[in-house]
Amino acid sequence: MTDPLQQQVRVPLPLADQPFAVTERTQTQLVLRRFLRHRLAVASLVVFVLIVLFAFVGPLLWTYTYFTSTPDNSQPPSLTHPFGTTGDGKDLLALVMRGTQQSVKISLLIAVASTAFGAVWGAAAGYFRGLVDAVLMRVADLVIILPILAVAAVLAGSSDGAWWMVSLVIAGLVWSHVARVVRGVVLSLREREFVEAARALGATDARIIFRHLVPNAIGPIIVAATILVASGILIETALSFLGFGVQPPDTSLGILVSEARTAVQTRPWLFYFPGLFIILIALCVNFVGDGLRDALDPKQTRVRA
Amino acid sequence: MLAYAIRRVAASIPVILAATFVVFLLVSLTGNPVDRLRLLDPPPPPEVLAAEEHRLFVDRPLLTRYWLWLSGILRGDFGPSADQHLDIGSEVFSRFAVTFRLVLLAMLVALVLAVVVGVVSAVRQYTVIDYTSTFLGFLFLAMPAFWLAVLLKEGGVFANDNLGTTVFYTVGEASVVVEGGPLARFADAAGHLILPTIALALISFASWSRYQRASMLEVLNSDYVRLARAKGLRRRKVMTRHALRTALIPLVTVTALDLANIIGGAVVTETVFQWRGAGRLLLDAIRARDVHVVMAWLLVASTAVVLFNLLADLLYARLDPRIRYD
Repeated sequence: MTDPLQQQVRVPLPLADQPFAVTERTQTQLVLRRFLRHRLAVASLVVFVLIVLFAFVGPLLWTYTYFTSTPDNSQPPSLTHPFGTTGDGKDLLALVMRGTQQSVKISLLIAVASTAFGAVWGAAAGYFRGLVDAVLMRVADLVIILPILAVAAVLAGSSDGAWWMVSLVIAGLVWSHVARVVRGVVLSLREREFVEAARALGATDARIIFRHLVPNAIGPIIVAATILVASGILIETALSFLGFGVQPPDTSLGILVSEARTAVQTRPWLFYFPGLFIILIALCVNFVGDGLRDALDPKQTRVRA
Repeated sequence: MLAYAIRRVAASIPVILAATFVVFLLVSLTGNPVDRLRLLDPPPPPEVLAAEEHRLFVDRPLLTRYWLWLSGILRGDFGPSADQHLDIGSEVFSRFAVTFRLVLLAMLVALVLAVVVGVVSAVRQYTVIDYTSTFLGFLFLAMPAFWLAVLLKEGGVFANDNLGTTVFYTVGEASVVVEGGPLARFADAAGHLILPTIALALISFASWSRYQRASMLEVLNSDYVRLARAKGLRRRKVMTRHALRTALIPLVTVTALDLANIIGGAVVTETVFQWRGAGRLLLDAIRARDVHVVMAWLLVASTAVVLFNLLADLLYARLDPRIRYD
């Protein structure tokens, strides 16, 4: 029989000798776990993926296309036309699919292009500091004092309305936000040991910026990119609404709302369906952005992973 | 402080100039205001076209044209418009007077709403009020300004139809004919402002109330607020005198930075409510490739944004005694 006292005072094994019960988690796994905790963000991501499928796969499966007219003019929603039809007999479901497709495509390109450009711009400004920083950030200021929508209308009004043209015009006006964020992160990163080590090993400035600084600032960059998708879709639809974005016969959610603005009371479906899709997309993307922010920045979250 | 203000304005002049130069290049390279006349049937004689091109500086090299515009601005001349009878200077200012009325009122409404809602939902964190306002904030953040504006306009029309009288004005910035004195004209203009102001205010309110909530929460959790409570001050007094004052500071900057966006939103709102404001002026000028009107428009808008941001920075120093400009 063992002495109970002896059992109680048993000295624990030194920490290093203890077998680890916890498996190691990579950074990506941690982020993923924290993101999945955020139920609203996960649900929003699912809805967003469904919307993307609806916009890109839907037209392949649906009977009508956005450019064919049917004999049914101004029909309210029914089984043959779930979203109803327009005054010239086009199926609204097909139009909304095409509009969503264009709007999603444009806003994704806006986010990708402006994030890539802004990240490199901001990283260069933060890395080189001094005169380069002053000049680069002054250029970034250029776009802040101008009403984006007005300038986008001026620039897009001078183009032929191809979807990528609209994207690039808007991207050219919103990248400065990303540049500002990345510059801030890089200003602190550049003083860290790993950058010094890279420099001591003879890495060039370009290598340090692209291989070390930008990847380490990826958290804030992803969050900024997500928010840009949401603001991108709002700017694009507003631009198309004013008549300077996507040009007919092609369509976008903004054009659909614009064409329906006199029919709110007589044919409400024309106005509400495209509008709801814009709201739904922007809402989902904002929630996903919120979830990503919490997942990528452990300091901001109350949930432990 | 004055020296700081002057330095700030001086520093922003090259930025504004560079912005106008870029826009000038892009607009001039992609279109010619005289092309519109060429499409007329029968087309005007070549001499008329040449004279028109000369009047609009189109026949000169690009850099010369920019210089002509710039030196004109220094003399207070905004350059010739494609519309012969249009004096760009007075037109731009009178149109912006209409638009800024809407912009400033909407900002004021949005600010008051944002502060009230943000503070209440911070103080009552995780209650029904907080969740409701958070949800509404996200909803308005995702709502396109034009959609909300159309919805409000049609709501106004619907209300008018059902009540049998005009309660809400839904078209234009003022009635064409107003009987009565200046008081009646003021009431008429105010009536026309109601719906557009709500549409424009709700969009900015969404993000501002989120900022206000976050900054109020941060202040409420700070040591000095706890100290103020601990030394026995009443909760209400701590909230208004200690917490709110500090929590308002971030919103000042956000508001000023958002002015450019609100002007953009005003362009959309004015289009929906068919105002003859600055928005219509810009859109018409873009369609007509009327470079000098576009330039004057951007000059006025960007100068307003710069001055507004300066004002915000000076106000910042008033609200936060730790900040000194010298």
